[in-house]
Amino acid sequence: MDRPRTDWTGIAFATALTLLIVFPLLVVATWAFTNVWRYPSVIPQEFGLRYWHAVLGRADVWTSITTSLTLATVVTLISAAICLPAAYAFARLEFPGRNILFFSFLAGHAFPKFGLLVAIAGIFLNLGLIGTFWGVVLIQLVGTLLFMIWIPVAAFQSVDRRMEESARDVGASPLRVFWSITLPQAGPTIAAALLLSFVGTFYETEGAWLIGAPQVRTLPVLMISFINNQPVIQFGAVLSVLLWVPSFIALLFARRVIGSGSFARGFGG
Amino acid sequence: MAVLDIRDVSKTFGSVHAVQRFNLTVADGELVCLLGPSGSGKSTLLRMIGGFETASGGQITIDGEHVTRIPPEKRPTGMVFQSHALWTHMNVFRNLAFGLKLRRLPRDEIRRRVEAVLDQVGLAGYGQRMTHQLSGGQQQRVALARSLVLEPKILLLDEPFASLDQHLRERLREEVRDLQQRLGITTLFVTHGQDEALALADRIVVMRDGRTEQIDPPDMVYRAPATPFVAGFIGSMNLIDGAVQNGAFHHAGFTLAVPVADGPAILAVRPEALDIVQASAAGAAHVHRVTDFGAHAIVDIELGDGVRLKSQVPDARLWKAGMAIDLQPRAFAVYRDDVAIHRADRA
Repeated sequence: MDRPRTDWTGIAFATALTLLIVFPLLVVATWAFTNVWRYPSVIPQEFGLRYWHAVLGRADVWTSITTSLTLATVVTLISAAICLPAAYAFARLEFPGRNILFFSFLAGHAFPKFGLLVAIAGIFLNLGLIGTFWGVVLIQLVGTLLFMIWIPVAAFQSVDRRMEESARDVGASPLRVFWSITLPQAGPTIAAALLLSFVGTFYETEGAWLIGAPQVRTLPVLMISFINNQPVIQFGAVLSVLLWVPSFIALLFARRVIGSGSFARGFGG
Repeated sequence: MAVLDIRDVSKTFGSVHAVQRFNLTVADGELVCLLGPSGSGKSTLLRMIGGFETASGGQITIDGEHVTRIPPEKRPTGMVFQSHALWTHMNVFRNLAFGLKLRRLPRDEIRRRVEAVLDQVGLAGYGQRMTHQLSGGQQQRVALARSLVLEPKILLLDEPFASLDQHLRERLREEVRDLQQRLGITTLFVTHGQDEALALADRIVVMRDGRTEQIDPPDMVYRAPATPFVAGFIGSMNLIDGAVQNGAFHHAGFTLAVPVADGPAILAVRPEALDIVQASAAGAAHVHRVTDFGAHAIVDIELGDGVRLKSQVPDARLWKAGMAIDLQPRAFAVYRDDVAIHRADRA
């Protein structure tokens, strides 16, 4: 048996990526647990949880955490309710204007996002949606359309038609076929889309700020105002670490629910 | 008793006529093969019987009951697809039980019937396996069992063994035949393999461009092909384009006495019915190549104008390339305008 050769190129890439990704994260994490860290010291003079107490003691932080979690859940559920049937229609049914409609869903991502947001904000202002929770829900829905349509369409298209036909053959109605065959077959990939939708909504800042501020403040929006208003690095660092928590949980969940293969397939389309 | 009756059934896709005014009655317990090249409409026909395509015209009845416009889930048919189409997110038991659950049978009854069918297809004890843990042949057996467990009136098989290797295909073919005869289930089997059709069928329907060329038992299809297409499609066949003049078929120096009227004609002779003899003089043809298969040999013959024919001979050693020969067909058919106008068999 040959011993595998040492893959120096791979090691070099891994090292470079580790430095680029892990090092900044490490710095932020260190800052979050620092009480005192003054130049030119390489490590903080004093570690501690002083700023955690300070941040978590604030009512607006807890409000925004609740807001963010509620918002992400509501947006993901509504998006699924709208997009999954639409994705199935795009994948399996023939109707006039199918292609144009399909691309119109994606067109929102073809422009600089901020310009689109400002235009929508103008409309929302007339409708009295500015500064409301449902206004933010609406603007976030727009952002989720891309992967909540595109990825499930690919997922539904890759389900073998013969599987659906053989289910009809043994007596299942079209609705039953969708529920018992198509959805479970496309399930892992759709789970990936739901996850992306949740995490994407949770972290989205520009839209949430433009439509929601100052009445509705999500965690990322709050973090920005902290960073803008308080010249204390730790406040931002503590919030950053807080913001990692949902995505970290989401990723753990994803690894459990979804085999790495099907997860990749979701993105590969 | 389950009789399938197909009357004047047509299917058009846009301007393409996939099936044209097709007629067939399949008797109770009969196994009929639909045989034809790809694009001959055989699969479309099967899908119309299963309910996956709607007939553009005509009627399909099962035991006298019209099913032409009934969706697949309400038809008493069971279909086995080429790609087995098992539900990969369910184990074998759940694949088989799905249809029974939809019929709201009691749990014990479902278990009993699934186990009985698994036993019939030789997969007893495989219920808890996932489909990807099975071999190709086992997967196709599960697909067959999934249809059989519902006791359909008509079993439809759409090239079920096409993705399997030759050896496995032959074994499964025999198993299906045994099972079909034991259960006495009326079966329609689509294939493009003539061996499969000849081995399995009570009757063969040869199809071409959405039309029926011939409906007959296998031996008839082989021995008395109705059209030149069937003659060329089933088994090996020499088809010679020529003309009949004064009671003799002519083609490039080769002549054969045939009792038909003058006019263009196609002569069809199977290699095993085409005897050759060494010519005393110039001869009508010469030996091009001899291929020895041990038990028999195939002699490639070249006529005067370069047209090639094949003859099956018992001994390869008697023939050498370049040898001048005369042809003596023992059994042959003469076709004109797609119809056999004369058959001869000097056994």
